[in-house]
Amino acid sequence: MAFDNLKNDFPIFAYWASKGKPLVYLDSAATTQKPRRVIDALDEYYSKFNANVHRGAYELSQIATDMYEESRTKVARFINAPKPESLIFTRNTTESINLVAYAWGLNNLHKGDEIILTEMEHHSNLVPWHIISRHTGAVLKFIRLRDDFQLDLDSLKQNLNSKTKVVSIVHVSNVLGTINPVKEITRLAHETGAICIIDGAQGVPHMVVDVKEIDCDFYAFSGHKMCGPTGIGGLYGRYELLERMEPFLGGGEMINEVYPTTSNYAKPPHKFEAGTPNIAGAVGLKAAVEYLETIGMQNVREYEARLGNYAAQRLADIDGIHIYRPAENGTGVISLTIDAAHPHDISSILDSEGIAIRAGHHCAQPLMRTLHVQATARASFYIYNNESDIEALAVGLEKAATIFKPREKANVVK
Amino acid sequence: MSLSDLFTEIIIDHYQHPHNHGVVVNATQRSRGYNESCGDDIELTLVVKNGIIEDAKFSGAGCSISQASASIMTDLVKGKSVEEVKKLAEKFYALVKGTQAETADDSVEEELGDAVALKGVSKFPVRVKCATLSWHTLEDAFKLVPTAGTADKK
Repeated sequence: MAFDNLKNDFPIFAYWASKGKPLVYLDSAATTQKPRRVIDALDEYYSKFNANVHRGAYELSQIATDMYEESRTKVARFINAPKPESLIFTRNTTESINLVAYAWGLNNLHKGDEIILTEMEHHSNLVPWHIISRHTGAVLKFIRLRDDFQLDLDSLKQNLNSKTKVVSIVHVSNVLGTINPVKEITRLAHETGAICIIDGAQGVPHMVVDVKEIDCDFYAFSGHKMCGPTGIGGLYGRYELLERMEPFLGGGEMINEVYPTTSNYAKPPHKFEAGTPNIAGAVGLKAAVEYLETIGMQNVREYEARLGNYAAQRLADIDGIHIYRPAENGTGVISLTIDAAHPHDISSILDSEGIAIRAGHHCAQPLMRTLHVQATARASFYIYNNESDIEALAVGLEKAATIFKPREKANVVK
Repeated sequence: MSLSDLFTEIIIDHYQHPHNHGVVVNATQRSRGYNESCGDDIELTLVVKNGIIEDAKFSGAGCSISQASASIMTDLVKGKSVEEVKKLAEKFYALVKGTQAETADDSVEEELGDAVALKGVSKFPVRVKCATLSWHTLEDAFKLVPTAGTADKK
């Protein structure tokens, strides 16, 4: 697979190059750029086929409905969901996890029940559980992070017991790039009768994900981190669980019959898709999946790992650098600090060179405390990045290290 | 937009060798400021007596802009009255947001002293919050100050 020319598929790079400010985009863990194919799909949908879905008995509405449901089938197959109806369209990973937390958690958790998370969770898989634990009295427990940036599965085993009702874990850390053994964790959770939820925001865009093989109960992901539009995401749920669950939001589309004081609901997935959904987003996400399939997810995984390994090696000699990335099985995410230069300053220096990275806590404040840092600078690669982007990053980081090289106190007495 | 406008010698000197770093003993006011977007964290302790800031120190950690700004600010406000400092804060905000009137005379820059070195922040909008963090924290601390009127009444 040739990755050399993939930048050409993404119009944003040509635009900034034509402005004389070539873009070195290293923030794909936040959101990825969009290929022409996805932008065209949105344009085509709005130009030719826009209508509301599952309502009108006219041709255009039927076309829009078909396009929306074809996307569901495509995306479900992409993560090997057993059937399309087990995939709910949401806005993003955050909404997917909130859906489970509220619709399942509020009705099934009780005082003293235990929820197990990890020390490397994104706020999207922490804060919903803070809210649910406040409402239900369920208690939060954490799988510890080892010094090699891998989860300590012994601490999971020690925490699992008959009170454990939920194990909710990140598939791939957005800060460290650690790929967690989700299949093994799901098996352990199921042994004690807990359900297992996986935050796959950094999983689906970067590797082959097979929810049937993982055997998890829920798997959440976002479209915009995998070349799709913003505002569309997915939640895979085990169908029997979805059938038993209460709805999340009430309104149009999710109902069967409605009377003045009562109503009954549509079957999943529509039970969980109240209101007019993001139809164009779903159409765009299907185009994104088709685009990624032309490359192949195994190729994506190998290419990003190669870029990540190359970057870790290239950056290792920079004065005062610390890299937070597992030595084995790393991804295209590389978090770092430089002793003398704060991540936010590093980001400004790189920005002045046209290099976009993320600096801050990456919506993982507890992990920052575990790592004993206030913030990190993070470069995250995707299919359109290459070694010359990493070279630009290295030069920029060297510049940051130089600008902030410790100096003598200036001879000014105030 | 040049980096040397942002990371001036004065900023880097204050960042690497901050003035008034620590905690004031017998502080009358204590206030914490946190910049959620990048994690800058400042604790300010003050001794305010009869409406005058007698001592000011800061602790915490953060980027060069937030730390240098706190260092410069604590230098600047010591010995001044709360009312004076509130006016100075407005002038500082105008400086770093780039909303300063073009006719602003040299006396403003004189009043702001080393803080003028932060003028370049106005060209980096995402960094304005870093520069203003310590000043906002200071204003929060003032909310706890007995008003000059009541404190001064004998």
